[in-house]
Amino acid sequence: MTTEVSGLAPELKGAKEGQGEVPIASAGERFQSFDVNAFEVPGGREENWRFTPMRRLRGLHDGTAAFDGTAAISVTETGGVTVETVGRDDSRLGEAGVPADRVAAAAWSSFREATVVSLDGTPDPVTVTVEGPGVGATAASHLQIRTTPNTEATVVVVRQGSGALADNLEVVLAEASRLTLVVTEEWADDAVHVGAEHLSIGKDATLRGTAVQLGGDLVRVSSTIRYAAPGGDAELLGLGFADGGQHLEQRLLVDHAQPNCTSNVFYKNALQTNDANDPAHTVWIGDVLIRAAAENTRTFEFNRNLVLTEHARADSVPNLEIETGEIAGAGHASTTGRFDDEQLFYLQSRGIPERDARRLVVRAFFHEILHKIKLPELRERLEEAVEAELAVTGV
Amino acid sequence: MSTLEIKDLHASVTTEDGPKEILRGVNLTIRAGETHAIMGPNGSGKSTLAYAIAGHPKYETTSGEVLLDGENVLEMTVDERARAGLFLAMQYPVEVPGVSMANFLRSAATATRGEAPKLRTWVKEVKSAMSDLDIDAEFADRSVNEGFSGGEKKRHEVLQLALLNPKIAVLDETDSGLDVDALRVVSEGINRYRASGENGVLLITHYTRILNHIKPDKVHVFAGGKIVESGGPELADELEANGYVRFTGAEAASVESGLANAR
Ligand SMILES: Nc1ncnc2c1ncn2[C@@H]1O[C@H](COP(=O)(O)OP(=O)(O)O)[C@@H](O)[C@H]1O
Ligand SMILES: [Mg+2]
Repeated sequence: MTTEVSGLAPELKGAKEGQGEVPIASAGERFQSFDVNAFEVPGGREENWRFTPMRRLRGLHDGTAAFDGTAAISVTETGGVTVETVGRDDSRLGEAGVPADRVAAAAWSSFREATVVSLDGTPDPVTVTVEGPGVGATAASHLQIRTTPNTEATVVVVRQGSGALADNLEVVLAEASRLTLVVTEEWADDAVHVGAEHLSIGKDATLRGTAVQLGGDLVRVSSTIRYAAPGGDAELLGLGFADGGQHLEQRLLVDHAQPNCTSNVFYKNALQTNDANDPAHTVWIGDVLIRAAAENTRTFEFNRNLVLTEHARADSVPNLEIETGEIAGAGHASTTGRFDDEQLFYLQSRGIPERDARRLVVRAFFHEILHKIKLPELRERLEEAVEAELAVTGV
Repeated sequence: MSTLEIKDLHASVTTEDGPKEILRGVNLTIRAGETHAIMGPNGSGKSTLAYAIAGHPKYETTSGEVLLDGENVLEMTVDERARAGLFLAMQYPVEVPGVSMANFLRSAATATRGEAPKLRTWVKEVKSAMSDLDIDAEFADRSVNEGFSGGEKKRHEVLQLALLNPKIAVLDETDSGLDVDALRVVSEGINRYRASGENGVLLITHYTRILNHIKPDKVHVFAGGKIVESGGPELADELEANGYVRFTGAEAASVESGLANAR
């Protein structure tokens, strides 16, 4: 058995902070609770909040958010899909994981009813739409997506609208089931979304996840991937496009505690702004933990950022903790590249106008992620959304 | 039939300490069918001339004119200059990670031709142009210039020259860093481009060896930011034999006399 562990890519430029040089407690030993009051109110200096602009959180973290709005969840129902609205006491809730930060716990403590979407057999693709509570309102919500053994399904979760939302999304994959899950953040400009995702991968189950962050003022999604049994396989792709004033944050913890599982994390962000007073910011945190029991793990995580303009900042912190020598392969890398004047000059010197040159670069950058989305309508919609982002900034 | 006229061109480069004057009055006219070689020592401003013609943002033209068929090139954006028919093969081609060569070439051809080339003929055209330059087909899928060797980058500059077929091509040290075989392949590519007799070439070089493959009509010696002597191909032979000493010496002398006049 060969063990390969690669470090940060040498070309790493923009990701200076927190490259594991600061010793932090193991990502696996973080505090968890369903009770919001068990968590201290974060002030912004804590390791898991240090990149987040706390003042823009609309009080989701400190008890001042009223959570009296509603984030309506609607599901397109087809054969093989059961949609239930259940009370807080439903025994299935919490099966995939426990909140690990105060906003997730606040969401858990505040939601009134949860939506459970159960998938069985080979249903047609399902779309779940989560509508923000509206300008100025705050809401908490809870959504669980679960499969029965051997199910093969595709779910698209679209988050849109205005207001502030704290939520938990649970995904429970039964043995040998396969789920393709695309989650898109297509919020209006005012929206704030702080979400926790708890993904539980059953025996020999497969998750193909794609997270797309486009809209919103502040979007922060923390995902925890756990394997309930051996043989699980998770591919997690991400695409983010931050423009002026946006803060987009993606936090991942892949917790390998079972043997013979694989994880593959690949997130790409582009950033641009045309205004020094409206900086664009992305944050990617990729923690992978390989525990002693997780023999024969294969894992790779990679974050690439493309900085298109000045006044844009991409933070990237890959972190790999390995507690066993018996792994099949592990690597992580992070690169932040700049689309610079020399590249623009080169493309223009071949007749390509500036706007087209930027499009060419951004399209090519995201192609690696978007071409994997197998639903043509969704892919085209997202491609158009990326183009629209380029047009908005008008650089 | 095209003509590029450079008239009393002055240009400076933007440095951290402010602008630094490099070009000090360049005069040159290149007509369709002509190949002009510009030869000069390192640091004499050859690349600056090339960049100033192409419109690189770091180089500011402070006075003078560049006209392509009477049109003022200096008022055009970089991409407008290219679409007007100018091409610069760069001394140091730029890497553009993520963008495939195939995608880039097609975008460039679409821009300069004014419409997207028909896909079927285009694929054939690219393939044959690549094989003419001994470029492996796999390069089409690689990112523009990324991880290419120096020689591979130069071949791809000539590939673009072949596909875009500009009216006037400025080739900045396209010969440097090439081994003997690559030099032959690249020179043949440039000669194919010249063969129509409708294009003008400004061949910038530090060494005479490429002139064994590409016969220039005129040779200009460049020193101190301007052309200090012009002649026929025989001027290259003299440079081959004696180097640039006579011209850098002449430059020093003219600087001295300048001081004397100022006194
Ligand atoms: N970006 C730059 N910053 C500072 N100096 C520069 C820059 N570009 C060129 N120069 C200077 O301008 C002069 C001419 O450079 P260049 O045009 O590259 O010469 P050549 O191509 O003939 O070798 C040199 O002295 C060089 O150091
Ligand atoms: Mg040079």
